[in-house]
Amino acid sequence: MEVKTEQRDGAMIVRPEGDIDLSSSSILRSSLQEAHESTEGKLIIDLASVQYMDSSGVATLVECLQLSRRSGTTLLLCQLHERVLSVFQIARLDGVFDIVPSLEEALSH
Amino acid sequence: MIDTLCGRLGYTPAESSQLCLAIDEALCNVIRHGYDSAPDGRIRMEVHERTDTGRLEILIEDDAKQVDLDSIRSRDLDDVRPGGLGVHLISEIMDDAIYEHRNEGGMRLMMWKQLPMTGTPAKANLEVDVEES
Repeated sequence: MEVKTEQRDGAMIVRPEGDIDLSSSSILRSSLQEAHESTEGKLIIDLASVQYMDSSGVATLVECLQLSRRSGTTLLLCQLHERVLSVFQIARLDGVFDIVPSLEEALSH
Repeated sequence: MIDTLCGRLGYTPAESSQLCLAIDEALCNVIRHGYDSAPDGRIRMEVHERTDTGRLEILIEDDAKQVDLDSIRSRDLDDVRPGGLGVHLISEIMDDAIYEHRNEGGMRLMMWKQLPMTGTPAKANLEVDVEES
């Protein structure tokens, strides 16, 4: 899995590409920790290129959410595929995260 | 493979995807907690279409260390933390799941899901030996 980052309109955008599972979630965790260190405002995780996520991926995002709350950073998830969104729904975390359909909405949130 | 099998049994793509997720979570739990992430642990999986009970039966056995059965529990739904999500997902997706110690050593997970009412009749039994690589 590859993770790309971009600064735009005062937000840090993190884009994981590929499946997020037990073997790749540590890569995402490191990238999110680095992203946290270089942003104080808004952190957007764009999941458009993630077709599959298991509980280790969700757990990584929960850790990121906890870190965001402690640091006062706004965390947004966007462009979730239906299959990925369903994992959040089954885990009943879809109401815990700020999830928006598009990157534009995340940027203007 | 499981996705295709579930489709043949008449599960919707969403249901098939969730069944794959439940199996993935179960296997990950064995690798992570049973084998302490060792890459060469043996896992045996069987999938059976039980027409007598109208349920899909999934059996997962390992030779890993036996974990305390009381420690295998889903997280509190109001408790937002990273741990325990896999067991929670399994319990939400499957109708029933039973964890037990094998007499020979290792663990056994049996889990069931009601078969779809409108499926193409298909004899679906699958046995797989998984060696992590």
